[in-house]
Amino acid sequence: MASEQELPVQQKREVEKKQESTIPARVYVPVTDIFETQSALMLAMEMPGVDRENVDIKLEGGILTVEGEINFAKYEDLYPVYTEYNIGNYARSFELSSDIDQDRISAELKDGVVMLTLPKAAKATPRKIKVN
Amino acid sequence: MVSSFGSPFDALFALQRALEANLTSDWLGAGTAGPGAFPPINVFQKGDDFVAVVELPGVDKESVEIEAKENTIRIAGRKTIKYDESASVHRRERVTGSFDRTIAVPIQIDPDAIRAEMRDGVLALFIARAQRDKPRKIAIG
Repeated sequence: MASEQELPVQQKREVEKKQESTIPARVYVPVTDIFETQSALMLAMEMPGVDRENVDIKLEGGILTVEGEINFAKYEDLYPVYTEYNIGNYARSFELSSDIDQDRISAELKDGVVMLTLPKAAKATPRKIKVN
Repeated sequence: MVSSFGSPFDALFALQRALEANLTSDWLGAGTAGPGAFPPINVFQKGDDFVAVVELPGVDKESVEIEAKENTIRIAGRKTIKYDESASVHRRERVTGSFDRTIAVPIQIDPDAIRAEMRDGVLALFIARAQRDKPRKIAIG
């Protein structure tokens, strides 16, 4: 079974921006799964270290932007001696088709994974057509 | 480590640079416990003790097992993702599977005093240094 495989290490991908930001800190692209159910488009985004107060979700002009800020104050008084990964805030944008019911978008955070539910607008839900 | 700069972004940047500077650190030594295995680990010093931080998004704390013995620490578990069966997948980037990693730290640890905390997909292991391993002040007689 596929779930029996050993987990590989996924290197974090940095956000590539067209404009350079004024802040030199690194921002990472959250690893994301996107899937569609009958009634909604779902996004699962891995943002370890981000708590629910620091997730920012925006939908503007068909572009969905999800940003997560880590709480790095926890690293105060800690002196790194050995590191294998870097940490940073997360950001990612997706272009959506217009048939999402924007008012009913909901989000849930569990174990560092943001689960976004984007309900389809009524006209976009598939209808079964009977053949006479 | 994080100094109190004027802006929090400077502090974050300083932390990111400090983390990067230690990417080549040989603190763990060149044993079988070297880098490259899942999950990636960051180790920090906090006073006399150490803190190991591991990112495990999507893994609940019931499916993580931590063992400590002498100077080795084992982190094992399984990451499973469950979606509605009728869902059609557009993009799949998250990986699932089992992991099992043992690290040997170059210090004497107190296995009974290790504390583990897991929050928002981040596991923090507070590793207490054994009393006999702590530096002692020696007075000149």
